[in-house]
Amino acid sequence: MSDARARILARLRAARPSIPPARPDWAPPAIPPAERLARFTAMLEAVHAEVHAVPAAAWPAHLAPLLAAKGVRTVLAAPATWAGKALAADWPSRPDAPHLVAYDQPVEALKDRLVAGIDAAVTTTLGGIAETGSLVLWPTPDEPRLMSLLPPIHVALVDEAAITDTLAGLVAAANWAAAMPTNALLISGPSKTADIEQTLAYGVHGPKELVVLVLTR
Amino acid sequence: MDAHNSAGQTHGINSAHKPRGDFTARAPAALANPTLRANFRRAMDGLMTKRAAQFADRDAWTALRARGAAARANALARLPELLERLEDRCTANGIRVHWAETAAEANAIVLAILREAGATRVIKGKSMVSEEIGLNHHLEAHGVTAVESDLGEYIIQLAGEAPSHIVMPCIHKNKAEIAQLFAENIPGQPYTEDVDSLTAAARRALRQRFAAAEAGISGVNFAVAETGTLVLIENEGNGRLSTTLPPLHIAVTGIEKVVERLDDVPPLLALLPRSATGQAITTYVNMISGPRKPDEKDGPREVHLVLYDGGRSRVYDDAELRDTLRCIRCGACMNHCPVYARVGGHTYRFVYPGPIGKILSPQLEGLDCAGDQPFASSLCGACSEVCPVQIPLADILVRLRQEAVRPSATPAVKGGGSQAGLAADLGWAGWRLVYGHPALYALVSRLLARLGNLIPASVPMLRQWTRFRTKPRFAARTLHELAARGGFDRE
Repeated sequence: MSDARARILARLRAARPSIPPARPDWAPPAIPPAERLARFTAMLEAVHAEVHAVPAAAWPAHLAPLLAAKGVRTVLAAPATWAGKALAADWPSRPDAPHLVAYDQPVEALKDRLVAGIDAAVTTTLGGIAETGSLVLWPTPDEPRLMSLLPPIHVALVDEAAITDTLAGLVAAANWAAAMPTNALLISGPSKTADIEQTLAYGVHGPKELVVLVLTR
Repeated sequence: MDAHNSAGQTHGINSAHKPRGDFTARAPAALANPTLRANFRRAMDGLMTKRAAQFADRDAWTALRARGAAARANALARLPELLERLEDRCTANGIRVHWAETAAEANAIVLAILREAGATRVIKGKSMVSEEIGLNHHLEAHGVTAVESDLGEYIIQLAGEAPSHIVMPCIHKNKAEIAQLFAENIPGQPYTEDVDSLTAAARRALRQRFAAAEAGISGVNFAVAETGTLVLIENEGNGRLSTTLPPLHIAVTGIEKVVERLDDVPPLLALLPRSATGQAITTYVNMISGPRKPDEKDGPREVHLVLYDGGRSRVYDDAELRDTLRCIRCGACMNHCPVYARVGGHTYRFVYPGPIGKILSPQLEGLDCAGDQPFASSLCGACSEVCPVQIPLADILVRLRQEAVRPSATPAVKGGGSQAGLAADLGWAGWRLVYGHPALYALVSRLLARLGNLIPASVPMLRQWTRFRTKPRFAARTLHELAARGGFDRE
C-alpha cells in the first residue's frame, strides 16, 4: 500500500500550506502541595473510588481486613515488586488475609484464572494527579498491564509524596517524551458506563471497585 | 421503533451502498416520535448542564481552548511532515504502520492482517472510523466475527442499528428497549430494566468474548508524532481490554488525528472529556507506544496502525474547510444543537450526525450526495461557541451552502453546485432586480401592502413556510410610506 502513502502525502503537500500557529501560553491550575491530598481524595471519591490514608509501614495489615470485609478470597499480586514482597511477608501469618495469586507467568498461561477467577489485585503506582484524581501507572514486566483491569477490585498504592498537581506538570517535569513505556495509564475511578439512559453503572468491563491506599510517612 | 432506525438504512459513509441525504423528508417522522424526542431531550439537557459546570471559569476556558485549538491547528499545518514522523517513531517502537486511501483499502488491510494471524474472532473498542469504513460488514462478509464491546455499541450491534451519537451511540434507546434486546439476545438473561443488572449481563457476555478474541480493533484519540504513542480514552475498560488481552491489536484512525508533541496531549485531554460528557477526565487514559516486549507478560505481540485518508486530504486542500479536520470528536456541537436535540442522530443518515457531520459528510461524501446536510441548520452558532478547538462550524456551514449552489472556480467540494435549482435561481434573480432598483422596490412593496394579504397561504414556495406557521400579515402601509409621512423623506 506504499502507493496510497505516496498519493496521500503528495496531495497533502500540494495543498496551500498554512502557517503553524504559536502555542499560546497556558498553564493548568497550580495546586499547592498542602492541598493536593485533599483534592486528590475528593476527586477520586467523586467518581466512586474509595480512598484510605494509611501509614506506609502498615498498609498490608490495613488492607487484609478491608478486603476480607468485601468477601475477597483471592488477590492477584506481582511477587517481584516491593508491594508484592510486602504482602508475601505480611499476609501468610494473618488468618483473615486473602490468598495471594502471583502474576508471574505470561498471560497465556494464566488467562482463564485472570479472566474469571480472581477477586482483587494490588498494584503500585508512579503517583497521583491531584487536579483530576488520577492514578499514574506505567506497567512493567514485573507488574503487568492486566492487573489493574481484569479483577473486579483494584487496590492501588500511592505514595503521598508522589501526588503531583497536574498531568501537564508531570509530563514536563518527568520528561515523559524522552522515553515512553509500552503502556502508560491514567486511572480515575472504577470502570463505568452511562450508556443506558445516562444512568451511571460501575464495573461494566474493568474493576467495579477502585480502592486507593495513600501511603503516608 | 420507527422505520428510520431500522437496520440497513444507515451505512458507512464510503460503503458500497451510499446513503443519499433526505433530511427534510426524514425529519417529520423523528419530530413526531415522542419516545425518541424524550430520550434525546433528557440526554442533551443533562450533557449541556454538566459541560457548563466544567467550564464555569470563563478565563480558564478561553486560555485552555486557545491552547487546544493551537495544538490542532499546528498539527494540521504540519500534517504531511508529522505523519511521516509518526510513522518513523511508531515503526521504531515496533508498531507496523499502514496507509489507506479508501474505505475498501482500509478494510482490505485489516482483513489481510487478521488472515495472516489466522484470527477470525475479533473484539472491538469504539471507533467511529470503523463505522465510517463499514469494517464490521466487511469482516462478517469474509468470515470474521467482530463483536463491539463498548456497551452502547454492543447494544446497537444487537439491534442491528448504527450509532446515533458519536460519543453515546445508543442514546436514542431507553432502558425498556434495551431490556427487551438483552432478554432476546443474551442466553439466560431475564427481562429487567435495572441498569446494574443490564450492565452486569453485558459484562458476563463480553468477558468471554474478550478471552476468546484473537485480535482487538480500536480507534485512536490522539496519535503523538514525537513519541509514536497512540492515546485512547474511555470509561468502561473495554478499550484497554481490546488493546491488551488479545495477541494482536489493530488501531484504525483518520490521518488528521496526529498531534506533534506529547505536551499537546494534556490540554486536549483537559478539553475532550469535559466537553463531551462533563467529566473532569475519563476513567482510563491509555497510552500505547508499542507491542509487548520480550520480557513483558501481557499486551499484544503485534500492534498495527492503519492511517486512513477517506477524503480527508481533499478536505485539507481548502484553507478554510481544512479547519473541519481539527475536530477531536467530543460531540459537544451535537449536544448543543437545537436541530440535533430534536431529530436525533439517525435523521442525518450519515455516520457523523449533528453540526460536525453537517460539515464533514458533504466534504467526505460530496455535496451531490450529502448536499442537504449544511441546510439542516438554523445557523444559531451554538456549535461554534462550544467547540473546544474553535472550529468555525457556522462559517463552514455557510461556505458549504454556497458551494452547494454556486461552487468556487475549481470546485472545492465534490458535487459543488448540485443543490442549485431553477426556483431558487429565479427567486434570487427577482430579489436582486427589485432590491437593485429603488422605483421597482417602491412599486412592489406598495403592491404587497395593498394586495399581499389576498395571496393564499397555499401558493407554491410560500407553502413550505406556511405549512407549519401562520402566514405573516402585511402592514397597510410600507415602512417607506410611514417614514415619508414622518418627515424622513429620502434621507
